[in-house]
Amino acid sequence: MSSLLRGEEMCLAQLFLQSGSAYDCINELGELGLVEFRDLNPSVNAFQRKHVNEIKKCEEMERILGYLLREVKKADISLPERDVNPGAPLPKHVMAIMEQLQRLEVELGEVTRNKEKLQRNLLELTEYTHMLRITRNFVQRTAEREPLQVQYEEFPFLEKDTMMDYSSMQRLGAKLGFISGLIQRTKIEAFERMLWRVCKGYTILSYAEVEEYLDSPDTGEPTKSVVFLISYWGDQIGQKVKKICDCYHCHLYPYPSSNEERNDVVEGLKTRIQDLHTVLYRTEDYLRQVLIKASESVYTWVIQVKKMKAIYYILNLCSFDVTNKCLIAEVWCPVNDIPTLRRALEEGSRKSGATVPSFVNRIPTNDTPPTLIRTNKFTSGFQSIVDAYGVGSYREVNPAPFTIITFPFLFAVMFGDLGHGVIMALFAFWMVLYENNRKLKKTRNEIWNTFFEGRYIILMMGLFSIYTGLIYNDCFSKSLNIFGSGWSVKAMFTAGVWKMEGIHGNNFLTLDPNVTGVFTGPYPLGIDPIWNLASNRLTFLNSYKMKMSVILGIVHMSFGVVLSTYNHMHFRKKYNVYLVFLPELLFLLCLFGYLVFMILYKWLVFSAKDSRQAPSILIHFINMFLMQGDAVQPLYPGQNGLQVFLVVIAVLSVPVLLLGKPLYLYWLHNGRHRLGMYRGYERVRRNSEEELYLLRAHDMEEGSSHSDLSSSGECQTEEFDFADELLHQAIHTIEYCLGCVSNTASYLRLWALSLAHAQLSEVLWAMVMRVGLKMDTTLGVLFLVPVFGLFAVLTVSILLVMEGLSAFLHALRLHWVEFQNKFYSGMGVKFCPFAFSLLPSSAEHEGLL
Amino acid sequence: MAAMSFVISISVMTLFWGIVGGVVPWFIPKGPNRGVIVTMLVLTAVCCYLFWLIAILAQLNPLFGPSLSTDVIWYLNYHWS
Repeated sequence: MSSLLRGEEMCLAQLFLQSGSAYDCINELGELGLVEFRDLNPSVNAFQRKHVNEIKKCEEMERILGYLLREVKKADISLPERDVNPGAPLPKHVMAIMEQLQRLEVELGEVTRNKEKLQRNLLELTEYTHMLRITRNFVQRTAEREPLQVQYEEFPFLEKDTMMDYSSMQRLGAKLGFISGLIQRTKIEAFERMLWRVCKGYTILSYAEVEEYLDSPDTGEPTKSVVFLISYWGDQIGQKVKKICDCYHCHLYPYPSSNEERNDVVEGLKTRIQDLHTVLYRTEDYLRQVLIKASESVYTWVIQVKKMKAIYYILNLCSFDVTNKCLIAEVWCPVNDIPTLRRALEEGSRKSGATVPSFVNRIPTNDTPPTLIRTNKFTSGFQSIVDAYGVGSYREVNPAPFTIITFPFLFAVMFGDLGHGVIMALFAFWMVLYENNRKLKKTRNEIWNTFFEGRYIILMMGLFSIYTGLIYNDCFSKSLNIFGSGWSVKAMFTAGVWKMEGIHGNNFLTLDPNVTGVFTGPYPLGIDPIWNLASNRLTFLNSYKMKMSVILGIVHMSFGVVLSTYNHMHFRKKYNVYLVFLPELLFLLCLFGYLVFMILYKWLVFSAKDSRQAPSILIHFINMFLMQGDAVQPLYPGQNGLQVFLVVIAVLSVPVLLLGKPLYLYWLHNGRHRLGMYRGYERVRRNSEEELYLLRAHDMEEGSSHSDLSSSGECQTEEFDFADELLHQAIHTIEYCLGCVSNTASYLRLWALSLAHAQLSEVLWAMVMRVGLKMDTTLGVLFLVPVFGLFAVLTVSILLVMEGLSAFLHALRLHWVEFQNKFYSGMGVKFCPFAFSLLPSSAEHEGLL
Repeated sequence: MAAMSFVISISVMTLFWGIVGGVVPWFIPKGPNRGVIVTMLVLTAVCCYLFWLIAILAQLNPLFGPSLSTDVIWYLNYHWS
């Protein structure tokens, strides 16, 4: 418990590690996660440190591992699910891992490249096939007639169609050329126009679209292509056409000059494509095999490389002691863990087989150690919301154990609905039950992670909301009548105040508590259910909730002020208790504690009989400050005198708070100095006492005189600057006194949010659910299903999520500002131990794992 | 009668939260979490008791009564005792 109330006691220790066993010792420490290493080489550049080469090797391995993981993920191979935790590899094993990784990388790279080449080849051949098939249709008529014709030079055959005519062109002596290929469908019109303009009609272009989507060999994406066939005659035209084709990124394929050639080519292509398919299939299979084999060990390697890199980082932080030939490391360590630390070092030395053991030595220091607060899975959520404001200073009181209850309680005061609390509690309960489910723990959804981390907080909030919902008597905006209402309508009739005839008509009648039998006593658990049916419900509830907020606020703040005594006593500053705590408490209680007293007095003493003379507390409170007690009727005899007395005490405590501490410290430092003793150690903590002891011993050895001792001792204690101290205390006083007023008013948000929640809930019921319930039975049953669905969705999204977040935020603000500024400074540094489990690997960084 | 029910409810609640906050902490077994659990119990008892106490004290001497519509009055007259 002492660990959660205030942080652990920490000490600075020096580790003397033998060079041979340094790696193993740090390995052991990393597994245990005990200590935080300090950087002993702060001025050294990262690239000049001792083990930079090893770290480079580790990073190279991480790069290869990242590549492997990406390939494995692309191939949809699942990584092994078991929770492996391999130890860090010894330096001699590292080369083997490195070789394996490099080999894997090379192999994978080759196979992938081959596969890509084959795929591109396959696509090209497919395109060629399509092209041949479609251009066959262009020359269909010519091709049909060709075998029937006999070529005679002297008797040219007059062809009726205007397309390619070998013989006539050949007679002219010009060379007829063909260019065929595929082009993207979007470019074909521009292509045609360009051809026409450039070649001035000496080319003939015919094209047809390919029906299906083909994968383009360049990009691998399906595109719509058009097969074209250009016939031209003349070499120069040919060059121009080729250039234009290049420009438009056409895929050109050789055009077969005769039908037999075309058939041969088609046959050849078919077989080639089939072969390619087989080869490609085999290649993919092989690739998959390689990846599966790699995936078995890649996870282990990732962890091992991560651990190794971490160890080398730590080794870089140590300094090398030439005389003793060992590494020196400075660590922050909890005092209670020093025996464990010793054992870990022994274990490391034993594992590395070193003859000389490594050992640990505690050293005194003036530096403020980091704060360590040990938490378990339940308390860690609450500790993290306290730490979000500021990590506690070393050994100061930790508000977390109190926040476990007060935070959900204040949330529930603002949320207060039985039904919503039940839903919230069930949701949190489900998360808690399944907290060991890996899938829930390790999703990458940030928002879900936040909810999951705070599952215990949400559970507590839900449970307290159930209780406050019971007290507010609000369940989905309806009240429960468990014990029978304290107000009786019948009594109004029997007393003759109301008549049966009078209640016809559409008006409102008020029950009068003065009539006997109407009010039979307060409802035993919470707010009476009749108020839910009343039209002046808010008048009553507002007054009740405002007073409740003020009472809760003042109690919370007083608790905070009382907690500051823990700090004063622990740090041995007893004068703070009389000069700071007491004035603060008196100020708060004399003014606002009296306000609470007046509220309670009015509730207890004034009833319906004297409701006309019921005083306004606010007026009395204001008059108290203005010392105008005669303006209104006193609440009780002697009120005037008491109020004056309280105001005087409160006003007197302000200068005490302002000047007491600086004057006392001034007297302490200067008065004692004149007496020539060196006793100004009140403010020095135990750790530095050791240092001063050493210093004194050192001085005595040197034989310095007594007066020299006292002056040097003076320099060693904190410099006492009166002006500084006075300013600090003045700011604190102003902050506190003004804060008391503003913070008390700030607690009225408890009222405001609970009102908002109740009203939203009521609106949702009246506008949504009641519409469905008012309908006729037959239609209503059908209609009610979607109406309830809408009601449920709106309840969860608006009332649970939105209002929940809002109340959470405001409860958090009340804790951080109003409660914690009474005693908490929160200026510490968090203790970050060197532990492998806390380091994310680089692959996790990239979201690959 | 009215005073009787008030006395009963106040003593029951005081007793209940008094047991939760004052008696149960003595029975928590010693362990690393004893302090936290005791703090939680005491704080819960104080908070919940205070909250209930405020609710019942605010209704002890009402200065005005609820204002009901005539439909509600008619209904309550017949259905609530």
